[in-house]
Amino acid sequence: MSILVFAEHDNSELKADTLKTVAAAQAIGGDIHLLVAGHNCQAVAEAASKVNGVSKVLVADNAAYEHQLAENVSLLVTELAADYNHIMATALTTGKNFMPRVAALLDVTQISDIIAVESSDTFVRPIYAGNAIATVQSLDSKKVITVRSTGFDAVATDGNAEIIAVDKVTDAGISSYVSEQLSVSERPELGAASVIISGGRGMQNGENFKLLDGIADKLGAAIGASRAAVDAGFVPNDMQVGQTGKIVAPDLYIAVGISGAIQHLAGMKDSKVIVAINKDAEAPIFQVADYGLVADLFNALPELESKL
Amino acid sequence: MKVLVPIKRVIDYNVKVRVKADNSNVDLANVKMAINPFCEIAVEEAVRLKEAGIATEVIAVSIGNKSCQEQLRTALALGADRAIQIETDESLDSINIAKLLQKIVEEEQPQLVILGKQSIDSDNNQTGQMLAALTGMAQGTFASAVSIDGDKVNVTREVDSGLQTLALTLPAIVTTDLRLNEPRYASLPNIMKAKRKPLVVKAAADFGIDLTPRTNLIKVTPPAERKAGIIVESIDELVEKLKNEAKVIS
Ligand SMILES: Cc1cc2nc3c(=O)[nH]c(=O)nc-3n(C[C@H](O)[C@H](O)[C@H](O)COP(=O)(O)OP(=O)(O)OC[C@H]3O[C@@H](n4cnc5c(N)ncnc54)[C@H](O)[C@@H]3O)c2cc1C
Ligand SMILES: Nc1ncnc2c1ncn2[C@@H]1O[C@H](COP(=O)(O)O)[C@@H](O)[C@H]1O
Repeated sequence: MSILVFAEHDNSELKADTLKTVAAAQAIGGDIHLLVAGHNCQAVAEAASKVNGVSKVLVADNAAYEHQLAENVSLLVTELAADYNHIMATALTTGKNFMPRVAALLDVTQISDIIAVESSDTFVRPIYAGNAIATVQSLDSKKVITVRSTGFDAVATDGNAEIIAVDKVTDAGISSYVSEQLSVSERPELGAASVIISGGRGMQNGENFKLLDGIADKLGAAIGASRAAVDAGFVPNDMQVGQTGKIVAPDLYIAVGISGAIQHLAGMKDSKVIVAINKDAEAPIFQVADYGLVADLFNALPELESKL
Repeated sequence: MKVLVPIKRVIDYNVKVRVKADNSNVDLANVKMAINPFCEIAVEEAVRLKEAGIATEVIAVSIGNKSCQEQLRTALALGADRAIQIETDESLDSINIAKLLQKIVEEEQPQLVILGKQSIDSDNNQTGQMLAALTGMAQGTFASAVSIDGDKVNVTREVDSGLQTLALTLPAIVTTDLRLNEPRYASLPNIMKAKRKPLVVKAAADFGIDLTPRTNLIKVTPPAERKAGIIVESIDELVEKLKNEAKVIS
């Protein structure tokens, strides 16, 4: 059996989530190849060759893949798919974007967001915002799978895979990149952080999010948010944690001024330790918190910062 | 231009679903159902395009049993012009939903198809992308802004690292994210008017597509419950617990 795993990267860095997707591939078992599709992405290919459990790294380095447009990448992956039983990608926005296209071109249905592998055709995935866990068997001949990274532990990076250039160029010519607005932050990414502190509507405005900064500095934490905080324009969309935002499972998650709606819990309830700071003792977030503090956040945050 | 909006009937987003005792599936008996929130945003976007004089006709389509007519009527009340129900009692895999939608796209020839990015029941996030592949169209998924520009549509997408804007050749597929717009409420006169708007029913079986299931649902279990922990009385106690009991900070 052979498995093709799509490497998540930004042309310069291999994202750590790929190590977890490879772990999911190992749980299925077989010869694992990584695909690096991008432009001027040799550094990524080098990093990919060190991922444990991978025997080959296929590198498709071409301007057509620079922004990983779904129309182009899906054609490439579909062509390569002839040699594989399983095609896997991390369930982040790139994989979520192009993988269902691959599935449709192969005439299979995708198994989205798996958190565990039962066998080579049977997978476990959350449904209904994580309020139910489904065990699903794929009846298709090829399996197209996206992987939720929080379900798997990263593999090590002391491997030594062969790097092979792929010179297929598939440019569908129907979409083009215009611009991007990247959020720049010195802090760890939400998906990679071992501590996350998130603010909700209770923060009242974007300015007040600064109250989280000092604490995040001391804990080396990433900063997240509820959808209400994002919708209100306090912070940008890429900070949203939840069913339809980012799914995280850090060692410590601190929810500040967040009520604990099911859609928010869906994105963080697998965290190891949850702390909630909320002035409403009835807030549902306390039902999942290991440590709850009923307090006004405007008093609690400065004190917490000073005592860490 | 015509805009096609596929919508899905799902559990209301405020309801916390329960798993059946026999672990065969979730229990939807007597549960409040609604239009999938992302589909509602899709309808709103299409109606706004019509109000702006860009779209000429908005067509809502839903695949499901008779009860999804309720959600189609909602779409009509929100401003869609007509509706199509593709009747089936099965819960179909996304690839088969996409194939049925492909047939409607072939019949109706819309310039734009707007879908939700994700159903909040199956959490699949794949039908729009599949339809785009089957029809050979470009796609702008997770859209937070859409603007028509001649024979192209510019779509701003919510991606992990921020926002990305793409230009797509029409006809194209857009899937909605939460911040694309805030759907209106249907007014009573519009709800009344919606009852008279055309809604045609077609049988899924009549499309000549092989709708054989591609997945087998083996079991559905409740998630591991987290037990509520303790309420601490002070920041000092919190810091002490995090250091010495949970050992997550030093
Ligand atoms: C389709 C769909 C998808 C969604 N996806 C997501 C998602 O991915 N992520 C997400 O987060 N939400 C999501 N939501 C929204 C979700 O339903 C809730 O509306 C949202 O999570 C609420 O955010 P909040 O807790 O910040 O705000 P609120 O529910 O308004 O809670 C604010 C909390 O702050 C507390 N507070 C106020 N002032 C203070 C103070 N001074 N000190 C201490 N506490 C204070 C209040 O007691 C309250 O509990 C989604 C909704 C829909 C319909
Ligand atoms: N049964 C259905 N009928 C019509 N549209 C659907 C159906 N299922 C999914 N869709 C569309 O596809 C989108 C994404 O759904 P999914 O891929 O299931 O997460 C939904 O928001 C709808 O726009």
